[in-house]
Amino acid sequence: MIKEWRGNFLAKKIELKIKNSVEKFDEKNVWINPQKLHEVCKMLKEDSLFEFDLLNSLTSVDYIDHFEVIYHFTSISYSSSCIIKCKVGYSRKNPQIDSVIDLWRGADYQEREIWDLMGIKFIGHPNLKRIMLWDGFPGHPLRKDFVTYDQSIVTSRGGE
Amino acid sequence: MDMGYSFGIIPSGFEWLAFILSAISLIGLVINGVLGGVIVLIWGERRLFGRFQNRTGPNRWGPYGILTPVADAIKTMFKEDILPKDADRLLYNLAPIMVVVPVLIVFSVIPFGLGSFVVDLNVGILFVLAITSISSLSVLTAGWSSGNRIAILSALRSVALLISYEIPMGLAVIGVIMLSGSLSLGSIVESQQIPYILVQPLGFFVFFLAAMAEMARAPFDLTEAESELAAGHLNDYSSMKFALFFLGEFMAELATAAIVTTLFLGGWKGPDFIPSEFWFGVKLVFVLFLIVWFRMTLPRLRVDQVLQFAWKGLFELTMINIITTAIFMYIWPEPGVKELLILAAINWPVAIISIWGVSKILGTKQYENLESLKNENAYPYSFKTLPSEFYHEKVEEGKIK
Amino acid sequence: MSLETRPVTVNLGPQHPSTHGVFRMRVTFDGEEIIDVEPIFGYLHRGSEKLAEERTYSQIVTLTDRMDYVSSMLNNQAYILAVEKLCNIVPSPRGVWLRMIASELQRIASHFVATGFLLQDLGALGTPLIYCMRERENILDLFEMLCGARITNSYLRPGGVFMDAPDVFWPALSRSLGDIEKSIDEIEDYLSGNEIIFSRTKGTAVLSSESLVNASITGPMLRASGVDWDLRHRNPYDYYSEITFKRILHTASDNYARYWVRVQEMRESLKIISQCIKNIEPGPVRPSFDDVPRLVRPEPGDSYAAIEGSKGELGFYLVSDGGISPYRMHVRAPSLINLTLLREMLVGELFGDLFVIFGSVDLNMGEVDR
Repeated sequence: MIKEWRGNFLAKKIELKIKNSVEKFDEKNVWINPQKLHEVCKMLKEDSLFEFDLLNSLTSVDYIDHFEVIYHFTSISYSSSCIIKCKVGYSRKNPQIDSVIDLWRGADYQEREIWDLMGIKFIGHPNLKRIMLWDGFPGHPLRKDFVTYDQSIVTSRGGE
Repeated sequence: MDMGYSFGIIPSGFEWLAFILSAISLIGLVINGVLGGVIVLIWGERRLFGRFQNRTGPNRWGPYGILTPVADAIKTMFKEDILPKDADRLLYNLAPIMVVVPVLIVFSVIPFGLGSFVVDLNVGILFVLAITSISSLSVLTAGWSSGNRIAILSALRSVALLISYEIPMGLAVIGVIMLSGSLSLGSIVESQQIPYILVQPLGFFVFFLAAMAEMARAPFDLTEAESELAAGHLNDYSSMKFALFFLGEFMAELATAAIVTTLFLGGWKGPDFIPSEFWFGVKLVFVLFLIVWFRMTLPRLRVDQVLQFAWKGLFELTMINIITTAIFMYIWPEPGVKELLILAAINWPVAIISIWGVSKILGTKQYENLESLKNENAYPYSFKTLPSEFYHEKVEEGKIK
Repeated sequence: MSLETRPVTVNLGPQHPSTHGVFRMRVTFDGEEIIDVEPIFGYLHRGSEKLAEERTYSQIVTLTDRMDYVSSMLNNQAYILAVEKLCNIVPSPRGVWLRMIASELQRIASHFVATGFLLQDLGALGTPLIYCMRERENILDLFEMLCGARITNSYLRPGGVFMDAPDVFWPALSRSLGDIEKSIDEIEDYLSGNEIIFSRTKGTAVLSSESLVNASITGPMLRASGVDWDLRHRNPYDYYSEITFKRILHTASDNYARYWVRVQEMRESLKIISQCIKNIEPGPVRPSFDDVPRLVRPEPGDSYAAIEGSKGELGFYLVSDGGISPYRMHVRAPSLINLTLLREMLVGELFGDLFVIFGSVDLNMGEVDR
């Protein structure tokens, strides 16, 4: 069974190693300060207590007033997993976060996908281009304020 | 003055006209026969593919679907003829002709039966080897003139195949030539008291494989490798030009089978109560079946492996064959049936041992002690556990201060 | 005399016959050797994640079918597990056993397709592919008995499956198990000892297990490099903890190892199915509508559930805001992530091996682009 790190233990251990890095935590999740994210990730990967060598999933959610980037990590040797979250882009302005591609190659396409569909910029990603949509596509479709083609027709007709 | 057959029909002084008329009718017979053969071959190959792949194959047009190739031909002719913008117009149009014509010429020297041949050249086999190489040139022309990068890759591969396989193919024939003492295909057939496949197993093996490679059939179908190059040099061809390529490809198959039959299976020879053309046809169908069987079952070799196979495998085998045959010919310069059977008894063990040896040398080595490697060098070099309170304890939400 | 040589850049795809769909690669060749590869995705992007935000939790099951369309049962299972985790639904035992049988059958079908297309890429002109597809047809017939559909099943529902297997299913299943076993033997006899296949797949596209883990590559590709990582064993979801099976490992981490691992995994799946048949008991196949209504409204929160899909770790991340449809759905698509090291695998190999290596990843464009 893969054991999940409890939020408080993880937060405590991270806070011990890197000061002022944890913003908040609850039963499962730990919210990390975006400025310290890369540092924390490096520690999570390399510290002998964690050894999170597998980046399962990297995704993001649009919470209207901010964006959240979610990292799911697994340690193969400990058979344990944890969830790290990061709040970025308050008031929807210029959301950006450090890329972890230098630590986990697996972040490559997932970060590009998030940039393409959600519009969060990953600083340090060597090839941050659109992946699913074509260059010049207007907007980022997974954002909640994105107006789809159908919706745009409905609103334009309603306006007439 | 010898009036001969033209006496009374053709005025004197115009005997050459009789010659031309008979030549044209013969040529018409052979070409139409070959084209008809190609139609039957395409149908038969597709039916066989169906059986190999556990399905029915074409069965809609005509009895057992025998008219399917005709329908295909009509469909292909009515397609739009496309000329790519970057194409070299002259060569692009020339290439399909260069595929068909040499293969048709090859049929002129093949003896289809006792006395039924267009011409019996005294350098027949050399002529065949020389003419068939032109097909590869046409692939080069087609690939180059299309102005398509994938087609050019196909053209380069075709040249590599030609250069490599022409040598074992030529050397494989030498054994046959030594035994029969002639280059003429007609006298090669006549000199086969027993089929040369029994006497020259290595020669047959090498010649058959080299011919498969020469006409780019699976497992050597590098030039139009469907899963790599889409259709290789045929990418930009459509309509009649594509149909000509298709025709040339199947005629090459027919020609290869005919040459193999002539050289190694005794040609038209067989018991006398049935016409010799029938025996030729039976052997032809057998060789065609072998070719289709190969094509259906084997995956493709990579380009370096194909060339390696020619230079490191087939070349050595032909050398062994030539040496054994030469020693034999030195002892019995004019072999009868008994001597040929002795040679067969020597050559078969030699063939089996040398093929086995070459396959040992060229074959891929198995993995070494896989079982012992397991779990020792595998990635997480050690498994660790943390105290369980790290994972299971109730917490309250809040911030760390 | 010296000849000037220039590398050639070729676009392979999206209309190339062996890109397994609509994948595109911009490949630079130096003669036959590959010196650079740039993969380009998105030709089958349908925006499933956006579509899911406007559908109810039960309707999304049909969307998941269309992601990886050769293993739709596994997609259903991963999605349903995420919903059950989000809503704290306790599934019915019979439903769970049924969906385990369905998903293992689907794994066999998917591996058959992977093996067949790998050989098609090797240039075997369709014969092995059609043999593999024939076996897959048997499995699809079983699915037709289970739920009336062959490819887009939509068989699973939160809490179990939507209907019980008919009586004709069980004898047909046990008959098929024997047939499939025999055909796996047949395929192995024919292929595993074939010199051409062995010489073309051994030693190509070797990757170290460290780099595979670092690139988040999971599934048969990872197990072919010797890492014992199978979520059915490591994190037993459903009732996998009650089942014993062998984890298939190989150490060579080349194309042959990947092919071999897939073939052996089919045998293990057969064993799992026969254990499931032994364990299954009569009962309801899903909780009553009082316990799990048709329109589930989970509490606000998020959940991530992953299963061992046929291609690797298949995960669904769901965020609920308390409504009838998810606030956000994200799919951790193994096909896309397994392509991360495509460039490393291809550079330095020959053109003939390009699509073989590509096929050994076992990807499905429906899942890559979603």
